[in-house]
Amino acid sequence: MNIKMMGRFIAQIVAIEAVFMLPAMAISVIYSEWPAVKAFAVTLALMVAIAGILYAICRKAGKLFGAREGLVCVALSWIVMSLLGALPFVLSGQVTHYVDALFEIVSGFTTTGASVIANVEGLYRGILYWRSFSHWVGGMGVLVFLLAVLPGSKGSGYAMHLLRAESPGPDVGKLVPKMRQTAMILYVIYIALTVINVIFLLFGGMPFLASLCTAFGTAGTGGFGVYNTSLMGVSPYLQNVTTVFMFLFGVNFSCYYLLLLGKLRSVFKDEELRLYIGLAVACVIALVLTIRPLYGTLEETIRHAAFQVSSIITTTGYTTTDFDLWPSFSKVILLILMVVGACAGSTGGGLKCMRVLLLFKGLRRNIRQTLNPQKVMVVRNNGKAVDEKVLANTNAYLAAYVIIVVAATLILSLDGFGLTTNLSAVLATFNNIGPGMELVGPTCTYADYSVLSKLTMILAMLAGRLEIFPILVLFSRSTWKRS
Amino acid sequence: MNIIIAGAGKVGKVLVRQLAAEGHALTVIDQNNRVLEKLVVQYDAIGIHGNCAAKTVLEQAGIREADLLITATNADEVNLLCCLTAHGINPNIHTIARIRDPEYAEQIMSMRDTFPLSLIVNPEKQAAMEIERLLKFPGFLRRESFAKGRSQIVELRIDSNSKLKNVSLFDMGSVVKCRVLVCAVLRGGQALAPSGNFILQEGDRIFVTASTSDLAQLLKNLNVSTRRVRQVLLCGGGRVSFYLAGLLEKDGISVKLIEKNPDHCLTLAESLPNTSVICGDCSNQSILDDQGIDQCDALVSLTGLDETNMILSLYATNRGVPQVITKLSREESITIAGAMNLGSVISPKELCSNIIVRYVRAMQNQTGAAVSVHTFADGQVEAVEFLVDESTPNCDVPLKNIRLKPDVLIASIIHDLKSESPNGESRFVPGDRIVVVTGQRGMLQQLGDIFI
Repeated sequence: MNIKMMGRFIAQIVAIEAVFMLPAMAISVIYSEWPAVKAFAVTLALMVAIAGILYAICRKAGKLFGAREGLVCVALSWIVMSLLGALPFVLSGQVTHYVDALFEIVSGFTTTGASVIANVEGLYRGILYWRSFSHWVGGMGVLVFLLAVLPGSKGSGYAMHLLRAESPGPDVGKLVPKMRQTAMILYVIYIALTVINVIFLLFGGMPFLASLCTAFGTAGTGGFGVYNTSLMGVSPYLQNVTTVFMFLFGVNFSCYYLLLLGKLRSVFKDEELRLYIGLAVACVIALVLTIRPLYGTLEETIRHAAFQVSSIITTTGYTTTDFDLWPSFSKVILLILMVVGACAGSTGGGLKCMRVLLLFKGLRRNIRQTLNPQKVMVVRNNGKAVDEKVLANTNAYLAAYVIIVVAATLILSLDGFGLTTNLSAVLATFNNIGPGMELVGPTCTYADYSVLSKLTMILAMLAGRLEIFPILVLFSRSTWKRS
Repeated sequence: MNIIIAGAGKVGKVLVRQLAAEGHALTVIDQNNRVLEKLVVQYDAIGIHGNCAAKTVLEQAGIREADLLITATNADEVNLLCCLTAHGINPNIHTIARIRDPEYAEQIMSMRDTFPLSLIVNPEKQAAMEIERLLKFPGFLRRESFAKGRSQIVELRIDSNSKLKNVSLFDMGSVVKCRVLVCAVLRGGQALAPSGNFILQEGDRIFVTASTSDLAQLLKNLNVSTRRVRQVLLCGGGRVSFYLAGLLEKDGISVKLIEKNPDHCLTLAESLPNTSVICGDCSNQSILDDQGIDQCDALVSLTGLDETNMILSLYATNRGVPQVITKLSREESITIAGAMNLGSVISPKELCSNIIVRYVRAMQNQTGAAVSVHTFADGQVEAVEFLVDESTPNCDVPLKNIRLKPDVLIASIIHDLKSESPNGESRFVPGDRIVVVTGQRGMLQQLGDIFI
């Protein structure tokens, strides 16, 4: 394995993280939050030292860089990034335990939005900004950012391994022939949508810093709020804006690229997008019918139903109402949406609509083939045959997904909470959503879980964001063997 | 530039590697998904699965925005059709087609208006011509000409009895008694940029620039045999052999060709009247002895298998054949071959892709762009020829005062039709041509790139 090359990547990632941390420190300086400034300064110094030393050691790296290096490199850089990113929370004294801080920042980078901090409004603003900004950074992926800014070694394709390992979806491809341009296009779309979102929020009268943080949470489909009650207390306009933007960030970004190219037809014919929109509309209707008695006006009912559906299907995790009080049918609908998740190639988590689509199509084929064993059938998506390898990977993904959910739930049950709490906690962290049901519901936090459970959920969040395999690969013995 | 490459075969792969290294946006079309997948992961390119001659596939590959289409599938007809279709969709596109069939190539050249091709490449024919050149000017392992043949870069191997063995580059001038410049040394598979106190060892392959007249002097003073080649033995009867035998017949060189397949022997004998075609398996060395390997002046191994070619050439070198030329197809074998004494090594696909890369560079920018590009030392070193004009920086400044990028060497200055191997006092003026040697491929696109 090419350890030096990975070391160089990690050094670069740490350097970029340091750059990303600067605005947070600046905000703390502006608001004269000196303990936070000190915490950021110490963390930054440490990051610069680590990046420098690691880079110096790994400057002369070999060229071999395969799929294995790509996977391990992505997993390790996310872990290193989280370990360092958690420091400001502890050093500023706002979180006492390092594991809690780690939980918070992993929840940030993986765009989960599950929190152990009950009183968010009491945080230093620099820390609050860092917490929300981590969503934005993690949403599109730091390595993708690295690919966009680094000139890189010209022509070599190893970057493909990184893009594949970090981007969500079963079949990751490039938009344009050049990797760097692909990464740049993705980030330009991402930044543009985020800016538009901020402008809309500012129009609704939200303070600048709060708009920024909320937009970061929306863009990365994260869900860290700036208010203790998430978005329950803000105006209906702001809630509706967030509903729309969460939904937009759950769409495959290549659709936006096609829109920019003027290929409207192929966007609207996209089967995944159709499933995504169709599923969301159907769930909103079902929810409106079941929760109508709980709210005063029809407008309010639709607003809450739409917001919750948009928030859960994109795995954001903002809330405008305590859905834990809803009837159980409605709650199960939300649980199902948690598992389905957003589109492949978006910032959202979950299984992804694309995989659900492929799973159902594969299942239908298998049923038909059982009836007529001689029949040769291909699974099609958007009219094109899907490679059998992709189908096999999708099935393997589902298997890994189920095993992780079961194993994590088992570990969490050691703490003695109820089954709904534990299962929803696992689903909410593994699918990068945030709030679960009952004791981890929209109005509660994850603070009561033991250290072991928190570590389990940290791994679950990372596995969910990185699409399982990069994290699983770390635990496989053959990864570390010399080949 | 946006370049589409149709066909991810041997040539296609080399092209992707070279063009990607030069920073072009590449789209590769192939019908084999697995080959594509491997290529896309290895190099920065995008893959399109399908038939390259189909309009829908070409449009999917972005033919409308492309600047250049290179077709290198294994069928001439498909290559042609693909270029024609592409030209129909996008009349401004440049097209390069690989056409192997000699009949097609001739008619396409004579019907330029009907077939809108910018360039036709034929790797086998190119290889045959290259081999012919080596045979006509023996003494060097390889020879690349610049500035219309006025300056050359040649490859020499330091053998155990060479006069240059254990000589430092400082003292080289006194041994060879003419002005030459060693611009690269290949030792143990690694290309080195030598300084003055570099000492040459046995087994080194050195790359020397000199004017054409100095080269004859160099060979004479090194006692390298320059006997005219009169009798050549060709092993293997493939396309390269066929072209080569035809060329050598015209030069009045007597050719003996050994081919395994009896039917193919008959066809060859029909179309090559002055060549003696022998039916036999040349991987069996006894047939070489029977056919007079000791009497021939040169042996060229051209069978379809790299391994067989290597063994044949080793055998020929051991038997003391004065000039040995080996055709190798796979990149891996070329790397291995560096350590062995195989004589000159020819790789058809490298030759072919060099021609295409030259065309691409010429297309890319007209002023200050590279006039021609040659790669040698197993592709590790590149020699680029530039035209100096008024806009070139550092004109008329002695070279010792110019700061060049690391790993860049000005190997030759061609002034008023005369080439000189430069020293610290040399200078170049507008109108000159200069040849620059570098170990970093694809770095030099324009003359301005060589300066810091």
